[in-house]
Amino acid sequence: MDKVQNNKAWFLVLPVLVLVAFSAVIPLMTVVNYAVQDTFGNNVFFWHGLGWFEDVLTDSRVHGALGRQLMFSGIILAIQIPLGIAIALCMPKRGFWASVCLVLMALPLLIPWNVVGTIWQILGRTDIGLLGYVLSGLGIEWNYARNAVHAWVIVVVMDVWHWTSLVALLAYAGLQSIPQAYYQAAKIDQASRWKVFRYIELPKMQGVLLIAVLLRFMDSFMIYTEPFVVTGGGPGSATSFLSIDLVKMALGQFDLGPAAAFSLMYFLVILLVSWVFYTVMTNLDKQEGK
Amino acid sequence: MAATTETYAATTRARALPRVQTRHVVMVAYLLFMLIPIYWLLKMSLQTNQEILGGFTLWPQQPTLDNYRVILTDASWYMGYVNSITYVVMNTILSLSVALPAAYAFSRYRFLGDKHLFFWLLTNRMAPPAVFALPFFQLYSSVGLFDTHIAVALAHTLFNVPLAVWILEGFMRGVPKEIDETAYIDGYSFPRFFVKIFMPLIASGIGVAAFFCFMFSWVELLLSRTLTAVNAQPIASIMTRTVSASGLDWGVLCAAGVLTIVPGALVIYFVRNYIAKGFALGRV
Repeated sequence: MDKVQNNKAWFLVLPVLVLVAFSAVIPLMTVVNYAVQDTFGNNVFFWHGLGWFEDVLTDSRVHGALGRQLMFSGIILAIQIPLGIAIALCMPKRGFWASVCLVLMALPLLIPWNVVGTIWQILGRTDIGLLGYVLSGLGIEWNYARNAVHAWVIVVVMDVWHWTSLVALLAYAGLQSIPQAYYQAAKIDQASRWKVFRYIELPKMQGVLLIAVLLRFMDSFMIYTEPFVVTGGGPGSATSFLSIDLVKMALGQFDLGPAAAFSLMYFLVILLVSWVFYTVMTNLDKQEGK
Repeated sequence: MAATTETYAATTRARALPRVQTRHVVMVAYLLFMLIPIYWLLKMSLQTNQEILGGFTLWPQQPTLDNYRVILTDASWYMGYVNSITYVVMNTILSLSVALPAAYAFSRYRFLGDKHLFFWLLTNRMAPPAVFALPFFQLYSSVGLFDTHIAVALAHTLFNVPLAVWILEGFMRGVPKEIDETAYIDGYSFPRFFVKIFMPLIASGIGVAAFFCFMFSWVELLLSRTLTAVNAQPIASIMTRTVSASGLDWGVLCAAGVLTIVPGALVIYFVRNYIAKGFALGRV
């Protein structure tokens, strides 16, 4: 759609601008403020320059959290994207059962994140939880509160349970938009199932899959509540991801300077990914000829 | 000859049947994986604490609604739901009312800095709440809004306003521009046109945006917990405090969890075809 140039449209976006400026810009400026100052308490601050940034950049604790975070996001994407596509391909195309599948699959997406944590915390216990009970019944010494590997397993499985449906639903929406004629043409050409997937379905799903990858990356990159409830970042710091570490630093220890510097660098990563997301979106819109 | 046709038919059947079955098996297995944890929560919410700790069972031996009774009669529990719903509804109304005109502007006009603004909104949707927790706490404490519903509602606009703008813009661009022009020729003023003609046209979009604002505010814990203490404490926060205390009442905890799923489960059927669209910010 060709849009009209009209700068009066600013009046329509003004309320949003004011509100979001209040809830985003002011807090962000506070963070910037803390990031370059130091204090001896009593609200007396003095200039500290880039000292905190240097500290954070060389801090092994932050490095550890970043490493764990990247590993977590990587594992999540590697499991959820293929699994989501597979589920989308297995879903009924239309009718009553399609609705049933949609509703049941979307259920975990709408559960408050701390309840997701609670569910898996309980499920993983060997005395009252199904998963823990079955695993220890199989002779595994299952203890996610002590064993770092077990903690990782439960956090990853929890996230797969929580978010794979999102990937599946997006891929399903992509599949639904493929005209029936494409499949008929493939049938005439006697294309194999794999070839239909590779040359028709995958290219047509490309756009939504990019969205899915970016959304899953962003959300897993700032995951906080679910692992916090299940493992509290432990055992030790085995599952403290970036957000958990940051909240510990900012609200637990009140290390304002390092926490603020940490926040800003965290935010820069988010900014970068958002930019990629935005570019993908606008390119998609262009392709559709809108 | 007959034998070959028969084997041919047999092989096609053999080839056709397992494929259909794999699909169904995968789907059923996945749905079971989705539902078992929820079933487990539901099952434990129907048991007494003695029964839960007494022995491992796959279903409640003596189902009881006592846990729900505890929550619905104890003010320190049920006020959590009241608080949550209060700030969530406030946030949804606030987000939608500012997002509607803005989304219209983005979908219809080009103006100075429009693309930058649209991008900036997106970065706020993507911003990690952990970054904002401390500054929000200080900001709302300093203006005397700490532990009020409006503080949480305002804090959640951080990600809900951008979300609503993006979703609504996605729906609005589907409405042909000729409708606007015809309405203006017919002498409608902008506010009247917007409320009387345009909003009914994107009613489903408004519904979807409202649902997602509601949902994202409902599931968020970090900000709502940081910004409240007693008076506006959300149910999610009450639940985590119970977890950290010793002497857990598992049954009540599970019942509280089940009750938080109810609002989503009630409306999910109506939005089932829009879930992907909403999560993808109106772009699917």
